[in-house]
Amino acid sequence: MVAVNLWSGLRALADGQEVVEVEGETVGQLLDALVAAYPGLAPAMERGVSISVDGQIIPKNRGAKVNADSEVFILQRLYAG
Amino acid sequence: MALDSDTQKFKYIGTRPDRPDGLDKVTGRARFGADFSMPGMLHGAILRSPHAHAKILKIDATKALALNGVKAVVTRADFPTGLTGEDWNIQENVMAGEKALYDGHAVAAVAATSQLIARDALKLIEVEYEVLRHVTDVDEAMADDAPVIREGAADYSVPEGMHPNIVRYMESGRGDLEAGFAAADLVLEQSYKTEAAHQGYIEPHACVGQLGADGKGELWCCTQGHWFVRQMCTAVLGLEATQLRVTPSEIGGGFGGKTTVFIDPVALALSRKANRPVKIVMSRSEVLRASGPTSSASMDIKMGMTRDGKITAASGTFRMQGGAFPGAPVDVTTMLAFANYDIADVHHIGFDVMTNRPKQAAYRAPGAPMGAFAVESMLDELCRQLRLDPIDTRLKNAVKEGTRATFGPKFPPVGLIETLEAAKAHPQYNTPLGPNQGRGVASGYWMNWGGETSASVAIGEDGTVQVSIGTPDIGGSRASMALMAAEAFGVPYDNVRVNIADTGTLGINEPTHGSRATFASGLATVEAAKEAIGKLCKRAADKWGIDAEAVTWEDGFAKPSGPNAGEFPPLSIAEIAAEMGSTGGPISGHFESSPDGFGGSFGTHIVDLEVDPETGRSTILRYLVVQDAGKAIHPAYVEGQFQGGAVQGIGWALNEEYIYGADGRLQNPIFLDYRVPVASDLPMIDTIIVEVPNPGHPYGVRGVGETGITPPLPAVANAVRDAIGVRMTQLPLTPPRVLAAIKGRG
Amino acid sequence: MSKIHVTTTVNGDEVEYLCDPRETLLDCLRDRVGLTGAKEGCGTGDCGACSVTLDGRLVCSCLVLGAEAEGKEVTTIEGMATGDTLHPLQRKFIEHAALQCGICTPGILVAAKALLEKNPDPTETEMRYWLAGNLCRCTGYDKIIRAVMDAAQEMREAS
Repeated sequence: MVAVNLWSGLRALADGQEVVEVEGETVGQLLDALVAAYPGLAPAMERGVSISVDGQIIPKNRGAKVNADSEVFILQRLYAG
Repeated sequence: MALDSDTQKFKYIGTRPDRPDGLDKVTGRARFGADFSMPGMLHGAILRSPHAHAKILKIDATKALALNGVKAVVTRADFPTGLTGEDWNIQENVMAGEKALYDGHAVAAVAATSQLIARDALKLIEVEYEVLRHVTDVDEAMADDAPVIREGAADYSVPEGMHPNIVRYMESGRGDLEAGFAAADLVLEQSYKTEAAHQGYIEPHACVGQLGADGKGELWCCTQGHWFVRQMCTAVLGLEATQLRVTPSEIGGGFGGKTTVFIDPVALALSRKANRPVKIVMSRSEVLRASGPTSSASMDIKMGMTRDGKITAASGTFRMQGGAFPGAPVDVTTMLAFANYDIADVHHIGFDVMTNRPKQAAYRAPGAPMGAFAVESMLDELCRQLRLDPIDTRLKNAVKEGTRATFGPKFPPVGLIETLEAAKAHPQYNTPLGPNQGRGVASGYWMNWGGETSASVAIGEDGTVQVSIGTPDIGGSRASMALMAAEAFGVPYDNVRVNIADTGTLGINEPTHGSRATFASGLATVEAAKEAIGKLCKRAADKWGIDAEAVTWEDGFAKPSGPNAGEFPPLSIAEIAAEMGSTGGPISGHFESSPDGFGGSFGTHIVDLEVDPETGRSTILRYLVVQDAGKAIHPAYVEGQFQGGAVQGIGWALNEEYIYGADGRLQNPIFLDYRVPVASDLPMIDTIIVEVPNPGHPYGVRGVGETGITPPLPAVANAVRDAIGVRMTQLPLTPPRVLAAIKGRG
Repeated sequence: MSKIHVTTTVNGDEVEYLCDPRETLLDCLRDRVGLTGAKEGCGTGDCGACSVTLDGRLVCSCLVLGAEAEGKEVTTIEGMATGDTLHPLQRKFIEHAALQCGICTPGILVAAKALLEKNPDPTETEMRYWLAGNLCRCTGYDKIIRAVMDAAQEMREAS
């Protein structure tokens, strides 16, 4: 199980929880597991989020590997200029 | 990918060779967006709304079509329906539907045999408008009685009961704000405003499009990202992605403003109708009115600090408008507002608001400068009132490796402290100041990332190397790619040719934005080179009759890896290449992925300026940029990014703003009145490159292009505060505003 | 409206073109003569990207009508190098990394050359004010000024 931290904008959609534990070995699996556990997160996920895994921000790579002890944060989707 | 930066010795990286496209650019040979023509080409022109907000009741192009030389007219009716989400937003912005949403919004377009005929034809298109009430200010657009830009554009995040112009709402943070503020010896609250600015690229948007009735097309355009252009054009026109091939020209500046499309789908639509290629070039006033300026922002900040300079709590509310569409970068503004500092109790609220203004586009660190202006100004005020040194206070609170960011995760290795220390040690910090002079300090941050990247290298028959990447060269990155390829292969820099490939040649590449080109395309180039080197070694191994694992590559030669592998004289890349055809065929390497492992870049600036008490004009006396580059591949171009970003920030702080009249029309759509910095406004810009290597890149690279525009807004404001004794909280600090502040201080 | 026949000299070569009376010299150089080195950045004489010289005088070609070139001598960026030998300014720009995107470079080179022909030893301030009519959005002007100063010194020493 991986502990996934939700930014406060998402907490309301996950029963107010700051940290949610889900199964997954990749970013994609974690995101799918989150939505399965809390369907209210679906619109936010579809809109797009960025993930931080052990301090590296991953704007959109579902295949990125995640370890059981990884520090994972779900953040707003990031854009650039 | 781990990197032992202390012992990595580079032969080519870190040197300053001439850039490969230098000759073309100093002789006028380089072909930019408007420099391309096709046989049989027509010229397109776009009719734009003179109203900030109006229903379009009727468009009659009969007289225009009757004009000799006019070959086609298009309106929204010539575009497919049924788009959703951002595809719909782009289509609606490219060509108005039921309403004109801002002064300059495209409502129709013409293709004719000459540019003058096309422009004359525009005057003959008759449009019937029903003018509506408009709103251009972000706070006014949120008020109960504000005219509604569009119903139903808000997403799931917006609470019930808010005005329809509020399209996104976000709230984030951690800790106990009340306790945090209670622990402070000084708590300040202040509101700040920034106005919209334009990226100000000197080259207006230009393209030549050709689209046949069979849905196959070609497009030549100046862009930061031709795969984005392909996706947007095919979505907006209802085409299949790979049936449109987009070739990027050289690009005369972008800074984020050329990561989207404005005229390209229109040129293609005209071409399809006229059955001939169509060229469209925007005029400067079209660029300012109807391309993508930044958001404007209205912000409320509250921060608490102890007597000895520790920040105890911080909160901010950020209201930003992104034009008549969702997309103000307020999510990034909230994320980065306090990110420089280690603060346990922090809270951010953000609103994305629509107004009757053009659809905003990215501009160098989009969203960050606005938040930095507010927060770094407040930090300066806290230091001032507590009589603390601004650099020492920042050092006391600065994030470093392992600090939990205000947006959640722990920071990997970063260089904020190193930049602060270098700034403090620079002689400018202690240079005495004269009357009416002031000094300001500020720090800023921007992230960068990989994003989809695809690159190829191929060995020429003479052993020279060609590199194909997909990130247009906006600032000299070809030189850096060549350096990285030269380093990887161990061949001279001049033996490498870098090409920017079209969309038909490589897989998807994200644009040159997000400070990612040197990082991502560079990483891809190095990885592609490694694949090619593997093949080169295999050819040598086969020739020698040994295992491929027993061959190493060094300085451009294949060599046996040790005495046990056998005694063979090294084979040069040229020798292997000469026999390629008979030893297995062409040798190339390829790499594609969405690489992660980026690093962010912190910067600290010091500005000294003098304010003329009679005119309110601020003159920059000295300016220092200190920024973390991880590893500077080509130091001269890293310095160039520092200086360019700083000067754009100076312009935004002192002079640049979008001025809308009571009629909602842009009052200053030319360079005379939209005043960007000129050579006589500035001194030399001093630079210090700090290198805290990024562990996520084989050579330690951090993208540097964007951070530089963030510190100047607050640094200049802090310097003006130092000079005139009045805190100004609204940008830009134009002479009339500064004069009023001076006169008002009594 | 019928076109005007113009005979002029561009970079030493005799050139003829037909132009609409409303077309600027910039339009004619780019679209009629095939010299796209001069760029349109603004069309209102504010950015200098279209700089050329007209009878030896630095002008914004977007503010000159194509018809006004009749009988005059025009020099553009394309005439700056001599064969394959670059002008010292061109060399110094590459050496000093005084360009990033390169769109303003032709205009600035033409303007800088005009300055040095008038004043071979300008101060930094004189240089900055002379070039104030040439906008650059990428470099912040620092490396441009250094390149011009270095070229000026080399040209003084050579003469």
